[in-house]
Amino acid sequence: MSHISQVLWQFLIHWLTNFQLYPPEASKIAPQMDALYFFMVLVSMIGMTIVILLVVGFSIMYSKKRHPVAVQIEGSTMLEATWTIIPLGLFLIMFVWGALIYFRVYTPPANAMNIYIVGKQWMWKAEHPGGQHEIDALHVPTGRAVQLTIISQDVFHSFSIPAFRVKREAIPGRYTSVWFEATTPGTYHLFCTQYCGTDHSHMIGEVVVMTPDDFKKWLASSTSGASLAQNGERLFASLSCSACHNSRPDARGPSLANVYGAKLTLANGQTTIVDEAYLRDAILNPSQHVTQGYAPIMPTYQGQISEDGVISLVEFLKTLNSDYRVQQTTTTTTLLPESEGKTTPAGQKPAGQGMVKQ
Amino acid sequence: MSSSTIVSLPDQSTARLPKMNFLSREKGLLSWLLTGDHKRIATLYLISITFFFFIGGALAGLIRLELLTPQSDLMATDTYNKVFSMHGIIMIFFFLVPSVPATLGNFFIPMMIGAKDLALPKINLLSWYLYLAAGGLALYAMMNGGVDTGWTFTTPLSTHFLNTNVVTSGIAIFIAGFSSIFTGLNFIVTIHKMRCPGMTWFRLPLFVWSNYAASILMVLGTPVLAITLVLVVLERVAGIGVFDPTKGGDPLLFQHLFWFYSHPAVYIMILPGMGVISETVSTFSRKRVFGYTAVAFSSVAIAVFGFFVWAHHMFIMGISNYSMLVFSLLTMLVAVPSAIKIFNWAFTLYKGSITFETPMLYTFGFMGLFTIGGLTGVFLAASGTDIHLTETYFIVAHFHFVMVGGMLMAFLAGVHFWWPKMTGRMYPEKISQLAAIVTFIGFNFTFFPQFILGTLGMPRRYASYPPEFQVLNVFSTAGATILGVGYLLPLLYLTWSLRYGEIAGDNPWQATGLEWQTQSPPLTENFPAIPIMDHEAYDYEWLDTQKEKEVTSVG
Amino acid sequence: MSDSQVVVHVTAEGAHHEHLPYQRHHFETYAQQSDATNFAMWLFLLTEVMFFGGLFTAYLIYRNWYYPAFVEASHQLQIGWGTANTAVLITSSFTMAMGVWSAEMRRKGTLVLCLVITFILGLVFLGIKTIEYKEKYDKHHIPGFHYSLKTFLDPQSDPEVYSEYHDKPLALDMARHTEIYFFLYFAMTGMHALHMIIGIAILGFMIFRAQAGAYTTGHVTFVENFGLYWHFVDIIWIYLFPLLYLISRHQ
Repeated sequence: MSHISQVLWQFLIHWLTNFQLYPPEASKIAPQMDALYFFMVLVSMIGMTIVILLVVGFSIMYSKKRHPVAVQIEGSTMLEATWTIIPLGLFLIMFVWGALIYFRVYTPPANAMNIYIVGKQWMWKAEHPGGQHEIDALHVPTGRAVQLTIISQDVFHSFSIPAFRVKREAIPGRYTSVWFEATTPGTYHLFCTQYCGTDHSHMIGEVVVMTPDDFKKWLASSTSGASLAQNGERLFASLSCSACHNSRPDARGPSLANVYGAKLTLANGQTTIVDEAYLRDAILNPSQHVTQGYAPIMPTYQGQISEDGVISLVEFLKTLNSDYRVQQTTTTTTLLPESEGKTTPAGQKPAGQGMVKQ
Repeated sequence: MSSSTIVSLPDQSTARLPKMNFLSREKGLLSWLLTGDHKRIATLYLISITFFFFIGGALAGLIRLELLTPQSDLMATDTYNKVFSMHGIIMIFFFLVPSVPATLGNFFIPMMIGAKDLALPKINLLSWYLYLAAGGLALYAMMNGGVDTGWTFTTPLSTHFLNTNVVTSGIAIFIAGFSSIFTGLNFIVTIHKMRCPGMTWFRLPLFVWSNYAASILMVLGTPVLAITLVLVVLERVAGIGVFDPTKGGDPLLFQHLFWFYSHPAVYIMILPGMGVISETVSTFSRKRVFGYTAVAFSSVAIAVFGFFVWAHHMFIMGISNYSMLVFSLLTMLVAVPSAIKIFNWAFTLYKGSITFETPMLYTFGFMGLFTIGGLTGVFLAASGTDIHLTETYFIVAHFHFVMVGGMLMAFLAGVHFWWPKMTGRMYPEKISQLAAIVTFIGFNFTFFPQFILGTLGMPRRYASYPPEFQVLNVFSTAGATILGVGYLLPLLYLTWSLRYGEIAGDNPWQATGLEWQTQSPPLTENFPAIPIMDHEAYDYEWLDTQKEKEVTSVG
Repeated sequence: MSDSQVVVHVTAEGAHHEHLPYQRHHFETYAQQSDATNFAMWLFLLTEVMFFGGLFTAYLIYRNWYYPAFVEASHQLQIGWGTANTAVLITSSFTMAMGVWSAEMRRKGTLVLCLVITFILGLVFLGIKTIEYKEKYDKHHIPGFHYSLKTFLDPQSDPEVYSEYHDKPLALDMARHTEIYFFLYFAMTGMHALHMIIGIAILGFMIFRAQAGAYTTGHVTFVENFGLYWHFVDIIWIYLFPLLYLISRHQ
């Protein structure tokens, strides 16, 4: 008997000392979201109290013993208006407030540091631009905006960090993104919250928030050698991208130097801003992303490259601001017979058709 | 007669069940299996859905048992995934969707409008057979290894990454969908075309209005689920790529198509329950429902708005910000009619003459729990908080509050309210009141901690979880045990009452509906002659004049 | 109260209201019955619209995304057969409407003739569909079953189609999307054909009943409501034909 109550006692103590009603607030948006949450809790409690008072109060005041004869009342337009307009008003406040927070969470600032997240059954891979790779973990610094570009390799997953109050679906076939700025060093839960099969409950990990100095140390100690961009450069060469995507005047494809962030005119006349999603799509579905002035001859790499590979290529293209690196890769690929010997002087800015700098 | 109850039973020493009623009119199994009588079909449905309810409940018990400990130690994670998937599928498609419409709606809509039967009795019977076929197929899938897609069948998981009985379950739900469509179709035609003379739309009981609104949803929404399941089955069987991104398909298309039905589905589930509440609140306060027109129109408003909010299940799935604004705003709008109803029911109590029989206890339970459930829905409708709360136990708690705390309580209120009319016998009052209270307590213990778990971040559909969530899970499981007792009791005493319950007479509750002005159990043709409606709904003054004219011989 | 009521009911039952033999007991008048069943059929057709609606939605989205693939894939359908089928169905709707008229006019012979012609036209439609499906099978254009991209990567390998449209070869990733077009083609026309088959089966039943005189005694509801169903199936085809066959034929 005493043995059982010991267990229960410890249980209770442990719980009471660790009692939480909401997760730690470890990001800048967390207190803002919690403010709305507690507003809603307050409104709900007031609403509940009103309903309970009405129901309990009326039940006592007008119980059959106390009030044996009912008075038939049709209704009251005034009351209907009151309990339509007040709830509607409160809900609209919550709608606007919630929408503001939603926009904030999903609109990363321009200077955000980007980390790629690839979800697959049943693990999370985090890829830092410097080439650091993590599995089921994510190290981030405090005081810095961090954007996560997320994709799934197989089914829907959902990347969730309750302490930061952020969550975003990992969708197969397209990038999604979310951003946060961590504020408090510590270790927090990372969950997959979209049911994804057998080991859905084990697709969890740790988010480790460090001070900027600690983070720099960690970056230095966990690099695997090549950064994502360097890996992308390697792929660019091995997949022979530079055979068409170089800055020679007779090049079959547009030069990709400085293409990231540029405003591109497509073959069908539409213009688009080049972002990660565009780059990924152009690699996998090129015939829908033909730059104006070029023939639709790019082959698709669907099936030949993994999501990690695409991420590396995208990172490479993001950092590509001159033709120099491309020229370097050109010399490592088999050149086509007709272009042998013709090269553009290194460092010259390309003059690709259809590209307008923003 | 005790002054704290309105129950008025005939003298038990001389009372008998009427010799000629819908149960005694024809005997034999075939007369039941080939019946066109809406009351018999309703009875068949009642037995069937009770059966499925307890299977779904057993699965719920298994879920809660597993979640007692942080590790997945009771069963393999694959098994757990199957258990929660089948719990959802059975509870939603084989219990909640048909619950009030197919049992109480089938039984009482014709009587409430003064008709002899529904417009299409053979289609009604077909509905039940389709339900049985679907249920049989679902049980087969369950015993043949189960299905672990979740009740939401998310692609590409369900189409490309699972080896369980996805196709069988998909077909089962497809068939069940048609059962639902035919019931809704029958109700709409009946309510439009078979009201008795004098029964204008605004003299209809609010139960009829609610079922009408739910029927619109059934008829327009369910076919979209049907075609979505067809696409999932084809994708699985032939691999055509409609939801496969590597072939140019779009997994998000499935989400849109699926939720286009599944959101209205929740209103299909709750609206008939709200109809029951209108009836019980009125009867047990001896008053017309406050704001009849507002309640009637808000039912239709919920049905209409309910079609335009589906993407609030997809806020974090990459829909555009503009989409989010539209759906979040519309979701806020759809919350308002429900609030209107709660206040109208509360004010029905004002200056009434209230008694606390079992249906009224369940009604109070509904009003409290549905309010909490509905308010937490607003937490999710606000897109900002939805980011944190979606896909966690907050959602699980929210929908269980509205579905179980709301709908299931309303169903039990209705079953108890109309039990004397359907069977001719009363259930035992004290034990039923106890069961209602036990259910209420058990429910709160089970599901309230889950709100906190969700806010803390515990994801849903997890077989194992971080140890700091254990205490709340233990609370929840403890509550579930109590809840289980609360649900078992009615099964026992209602069955007991079929043999030993007191004879109820025509109108034990002194209620105003047309169904209460005829014998219990009713005649096969409901009324000896088609009534002529010459008074408003919930007209207690008319009822008083009837009682003056009444001759109280039973026999 | 109840027993005395029962007695009254029993004696009243026979004399209570005269109703036509085909009026069901739960209806007060025949007019109410035909009104209700007619309304029920319209409502059912509305559910069918929602049912097909999902497929139309998918079609609209994918056609918008993959237009070149849809154009070239639709060139693989023979417009001759499609037009013939459209003519067949519209004619069958006419003969069906004539059948309903005949039933109302109580002309049994004409009714049976109209139903038989409608039946035959329905079979002709299915026959032409079979020819078209077989052609797709021969050319390996059935998604999921050895689907071949050859005619889209190299249109000149299919001289029949190429001589008419001179399609340009599609890039591989766009060519893959033709499979989605064909999936929608088979799903939509297949679902339509399924509804045709059900309709034809009911028509067969109706021909027997019509011959026995069941529909020419004033009780035309069944024929009328079936007519509605048949016209609905026709209208679905009238949407399917331009959407599937007539995407950009003007080369």
